[in-house]
Amino acid sequence: MTLVSQATPSVRDRSSPALLRKIVVDPWLFGIFVLVTLSVLIFAALPIFVVMKQAVVTDHGFDLGVLIETLSQSFVWTSLGNTLLLGLVSAIVATAAGFLLAFSATRTTMPGKTFVHGVALLPIISPPFVMALAVVILFGRSGLITRELLGIRNANVYGFHSLVLIQSLAFTPIAYLNIRGMLQSIDTALEDASASLGASRWTTFSRVTLPLVTPAILSSTLLVFVKSVEDFGNPMLIGGNYNTLAVEAYSQMVGYFNLQAGALLASLMLVPSMTAFLIHRYWVSKRSYVTVTGKPSAQTIRISGGVVVPLALGCYAIVFAILLFYLTVVYVSFTKLPGVNNTLTLDHYATVFTAGFQTLTNSLLLAGIATPITAVAGMLIAYLLIRKAFPGSFLLRWATLLSFAAPGTILGIGYVSTFNAAPLLLTGTAFIVVAAMVVKNLQVGIEAGSNQLRQIDKSIEEASTILGASNTRTFFQVTLPLLKPALFTSLSYALTRSLTTLSAVIFLVSANWTLITVTILSQVETLKLGVAAAYCSILVFVVLAILAVMQLVLNSTSKR
Amino acid sequence: MSKVIFSNITKRFPGVAGATAVDKLNLTIEEGTLVTLLGPSGCGKTTTLRMLAGFETPSDGTITIGGRDVTNVPVNARNVGMVFQSYALFPHMTVRENVEYGVRLLNLPKAEMKDRVNTILETMALAHYADRSPSRLSGGQQQRVALARAVVTQPKVLLFDEPLSNLDAQLRERMRDELRAIQLRLGITSLYVTHDQSEAMAISDRVVVMRNGAIEQDDSPLNVYSRPGTGFVAEFMGKANILEGKVEAVDDTTVRVRIASTVAFTLARNDRAFKIGQDVRCVVRPEHIRVDVAGTMEAKVRRVVFQGAYVEYLTDLEGQECVFLDTDYYKSGVAEVGQTVKLAIDSRPVWILPENEANALGKAA
Repeated sequence: MTLVSQATPSVRDRSSPALLRKIVVDPWLFGIFVLVTLSVLIFAALPIFVVMKQAVVTDHGFDLGVLIETLSQSFVWTSLGNTLLLGLVSAIVATAAGFLLAFSATRTTMPGKTFVHGVALLPIISPPFVMALAVVILFGRSGLITRELLGIRNANVYGFHSLVLIQSLAFTPIAYLNIRGMLQSIDTALEDASASLGASRWTTFSRVTLPLVTPAILSSTLLVFVKSVEDFGNPMLIGGNYNTLAVEAYSQMVGYFNLQAGALLASLMLVPSMTAFLIHRYWVSKRSYVTVTGKPSAQTIRISGGVVVPLALGCYAIVFAILLFYLTVVYVSFTKLPGVNNTLTLDHYATVFTAGFQTLTNSLLLAGIATPITAVAGMLIAYLLIRKAFPGSFLLRWATLLSFAAPGTILGIGYVSTFNAAPLLLTGTAFIVVAAMVVKNLQVGIEAGSNQLRQIDKSIEEASTILGASNTRTFFQVTLPLLKPALFTSLSYALTRSLTTLSAVIFLVSANWTLITVTILSQVETLKLGVAAAYCSILVFVVLAILAVMQLVLNSTSKR
Repeated sequence: MSKVIFSNITKRFPGVAGATAVDKLNLTIEEGTLVTLLGPSGCGKTTTLRMLAGFETPSDGTITIGGRDVTNVPVNARNVGMVFQSYALFPHMTVRENVEYGVRLLNLPKAEMKDRVNTILETMALAHYADRSPSRLSGGQQQRVALARAVVTQPKVLLFDEPLSNLDAQLRERMRDELRAIQLRLGITSLYVTHDQSEAMAISDRVVVMRNGAIEQDDSPLNVYSRPGTGFVAEFMGKANILEGKVEAVDDTTVRVRIASTVAFTLARNDRAFKIGQDVRCVVRPEHIRVDVAGTMEAKVRRVVFQGAYVEYLTDLEGQECVFLDTDYYKSGVAEVGQTVKLAIDSRPVWILPENEANALGKAA
């Protein structure tokens, strides 16, 4: 009896104090942790589960019949097949183009690298469907090229071929940056070693360089695939009869008010996205032979001569296509009625700044609110996950991962379904739009913050606590300032994405709070191409200007 | 009062089965003294230091500072200062801001705060660099900033986690002496962790040699070196020959040990019990053996390493390895491998290891 009563507390005492102490030591930080985790669970995980539930549960409870009925309709399987095929082809083409650009820019004497680099990044900072708009203008029924130059009357621009072209060009920068980063961090001494052992340039490339960048190639392919699956604007504008899951889900929801089918299609989108994402995270990223140190080693350019010519021509072709598309959009924004009346005019801009001014300021305001929240929350979550293993951290980790991997469509539908009743009646408010922007872009900040944190000596933070500062104070006074580069990465990403996002917010905008991307989409659908082009040009210009200002601020504050 | 007492401190890390980093450690740091934890990596010295800092929580046992139980007191409430191996200076703050950081948290009147910071910057010869970023200072200056930042809050205990390991050899000695001078001047109770035995001996009031999470020996620097408790301590404190021998004769004050047919020492007994025929192990430092044509000891040269100031010989002494240093090689020339050399051992510093004394006696009896 006495033995038992003595033994029990000692066992409990041994396991719990460590965990308990973590909390007691810093009640504030733990409070923040609980708050952040709850928010992420409610705004990232819950909506996705609601959608998945809706796909199988009707008003009468779980209904296998309805599920089977929906699944037996051909549009489900057609759109799934279409999505996969498009994703696969776009991923391969974009990765190949990205590799060509990255290799030429880092390893050859190709002239005009800075220019190629600048242009190749343009698609990243613009709404994904700028390309679609340009393609309609250039190759459409009354297209500048098809009709004006070639005299083709019935050019069919809508469909698979255009989608592949557009997505490939739009997502090439993702592959380009990814592969370029890895090519830069490969120690060129390895290639020198190969050459010194008597290998030819081709042998060195195929036996040393290529295997070393294979992880980056695979990861680019998977990332572009995820992006393509998620893409809503381009398939909507230019898919024609080639419906993807994102488009089909939207039309089921908005066109036919078929909530169950929409939810099911959105849930189906999760399958390829999550699969690709998990492969990327747990397989590809572990195959890397290259340790990214954060400082690219000195590069020696060693490929010159005849080989460079075809590589350079390929790069120039890609750059030319991107430039052509963007310049077309700018040109059209100043043209009365492209293809019919090519007089220059400022009418479209007048329209934007009068009737359409509110949507522009809405976008700027909401993105302006969402951006700092996203960036600081990203750093905070990175800190909580990397430095403080509070009990329950895995919930936070998985919820943020889920929100990143999940396509915008499922998040948008989930928001509409989850937040349409008290106590979370948020539909139609600005809050819900901001929440979607934050949740969708959080993960990039978390990744950047985590990577930077791993490089910051832990004893710098320990020095702060031993000098008497609490963990909360340490985070804001020591850790956050040291995370500045990651913070800026996160700020720029969140800003660009928030301003150019469409797939999630299209379900969330209301009469009071409409966004520029949604307006552009409806302008294109009603064939007001000039106004759409004016919006796009302004958007690209605004994003570029804000990024430039942020860069200036970063440069001037880090000069001490 | 800021005497530090570790009582029965045990630290197990979760996850690794049977991994006990520190095992029932008992250690007292007297007020105002500097104690060094010395040992190879993984011996538990850093874990012990981090438990005193509060970064790790003991699985068992208690730690008191000045009589106050701090075992479960959070780091930022312990009033402990620490100099980190990497210095851990805040890179986004100037030297002054670094030093000010801890003082600001004390909520002192502004004038007093400024005064304290200025005084310590003067003391450390840092006043001139106060507005610089730490990254623009030399290693020695960064070290001083780290020390200034750690002592400016007037902590009860000062911790050093291998603070000199990032400096080059010459600077290391100078900084070592500076650290010690300041510690003595402030009279601050200190715990110092290092794996460098000469640093430990030079800086400490007491050296605590650790191995596998337990204390191997806790003694003055002189005793740890010249009267090691175990073979491990003898070898860790510097180059040592541990020669096996047999007790040949014992009287009231001396003991005679035979190592080889040509070598035997008569040593002070130090009130220890020896029996004739007992196996013992003797510590003979290489610097106490010299080449001597008149010497009785003979050994065969197996390896010769020229080191500039001296020649290091590895010899075979009737089956036992024996290392010694010859600083007078320029007089008699360098011996060759295979040659037999005549040696003399200064027997006064030879030390019979007390380890397993009881067992050995038991066996002999």
